[in-house]
Amino acid sequence: MLTANPQLTPDKKLRHLLTTEGLPKSLIENILDTAAQFVSVGDRDVKKVPLLRGKSVFNLFFENSTRTRTTFEIAAKRLSADVINLNINASSTSKGESLVDTIDNLIAMDADMFVVRHAQSGAAHLIAKHVNAVRPNVAVINAGDGRHAHPTQGLLDMYTIRHYKKSFHNLSVAIVGDILHSRVARSGIHALTTLGCPDVRVIGPKTLIPTECERMGVSVHHDMLRGIEGCDVVMMLRLQNERMEGPLLPSAQEFFKSYGLTAEKLARAKADAIVMHPGPMNRGVEIESTIADGRQAVILPQVTFGIAVRMAVMSMVGAGRGDAA
Amino acid sequence: MQLDAEPLISVLAEKIGNTSPDIGVVGIHTGGVWVADKLAAKIGATKIGRIAVTLHRDDYAMRGLHPQKNKTEIGVDINGRHILLVDDVIQSGRTIRAAINELFDFGRPASVKLAVLVDRGGRELPMQADYIAITMPLDGAQKLELINSGDDLRFEILEG
Repeated sequence: MLTANPQLTPDKKLRHLLTTEGLPKSLIENILDTAAQFVSVGDRDVKKVPLLRGKSVFNLFFENSTRTRTTFEIAAKRLSADVINLNINASSTSKGESLVDTIDNLIAMDADMFVVRHAQSGAAHLIAKHVNAVRPNVAVINAGDGRHAHPTQGLLDMYTIRHYKKSFHNLSVAIVGDILHSRVARSGIHALTTLGCPDVRVIGPKTLIPTECERMGVSVHHDMLRGIEGCDVVMMLRLQNERMEGPLLPSAQEFFKSYGLTAEKLARAKADAIVMHPGPMNRGVEIESTIADGRQAVILPQVTFGIAVRMAVMSMVGAGRGDAA
Repeated sequence: MQLDAEPLISVLAEKIGNTSPDIGVVGIHTGGVWVADKLAAKIGATKIGRIAVTLHRDDYAMRGLHPQKNKTEIGVDINGRHILLVDDVIQSGRTIRAAINELFDFGRPASVKLAVLVDRGGRELPMQADYIAITMPLDGAQKLELINSGDDLRFEILEG
């Protein structure tokens, strides 16, 4: 028997958000359209709508990430939820409590939603499976699990691309750098192929590209000058030194020489190509400073759109299922 | 059954009478926006925006978010402005409640008045219109829908 996609309800609505892999195209488009409604909330006198009033959102960060946690917190607060931030590294798990026990305790505190960041791939899935069994009203949003997925980042990247390029048809997108350790790249690739983007290229050294990467529907390039040729979107990735085991790279300087985004390399892309980066940026390692601050960079709009996309996801998984058949 | 909405807009404009251009007209998506466009021209007031009530609807907990692309756009500072809110139909009053909440997210107007083409009865909240073109009690199962043909607006009444 096939296991049903645990992030969807039987009538194909968003129940949890764990990965962009396997999300139907219509649902991704629905998330992006919903986010568009929320973008303008940031411009109002009152930057708040009452959709999650009375709900408690727990940010469970087993791994540090100030930016992602902050944008989830802002998103939840703009939806009028109560937000509880837990930095778990510093508390229970270090005392030996198991993940499921931690979750059960927080459910006993009447949590309505968990936003989970964890160094282990599959952590959010595990939590979602557990809450499905014990408390079907609680929703789980994956805010990054190991090398596996970072779906809200993938979706905000799609929002950004759609904002500037209007459609995914006839689009060439290059994803550059440390693909091997990047959940951002995986979530982006799945969303891009689902949305019908015909040309997704990954560019990086052999040591930082997963084997059989082509099976995800992308072309692989080791020569950046050739890989970036004529593309509409350049997505740079952060070099994840903290996840590297053993020497995968000679040095950051060597990496910059081959795969850092410079004016010279960017000139090979289309003249109106946009440059994206999920942050935090290592200037002079993945990207030249003048490019990061240049007219083609949309790195700060990505952050702003990220709040609206997270509001959209939270308001969709947080909706009551009172009329669910 | 059909009902031409154009004469109703004229009746509504007559009831409102002459207004000052300072009055800001705001239509409620979708039908209210169509009516507001025509009404503003007839009464000599200024259209200042449109309201989508999605984010303030009270059935979110039961039915979830209504996916729609319409969003609220208020082009001016509404603090201290006199506002004329326009919708095609008033029934339960819940849409009007949500619209006023949405409006107040943008500031504190000096006053808000409500104009509707049809009051079909069936109120569930203490919301009343200041200007009504026609009062037409319908039972809950009947549907009253405003259709925009491009040039003309008309109502379609569908039996439940």
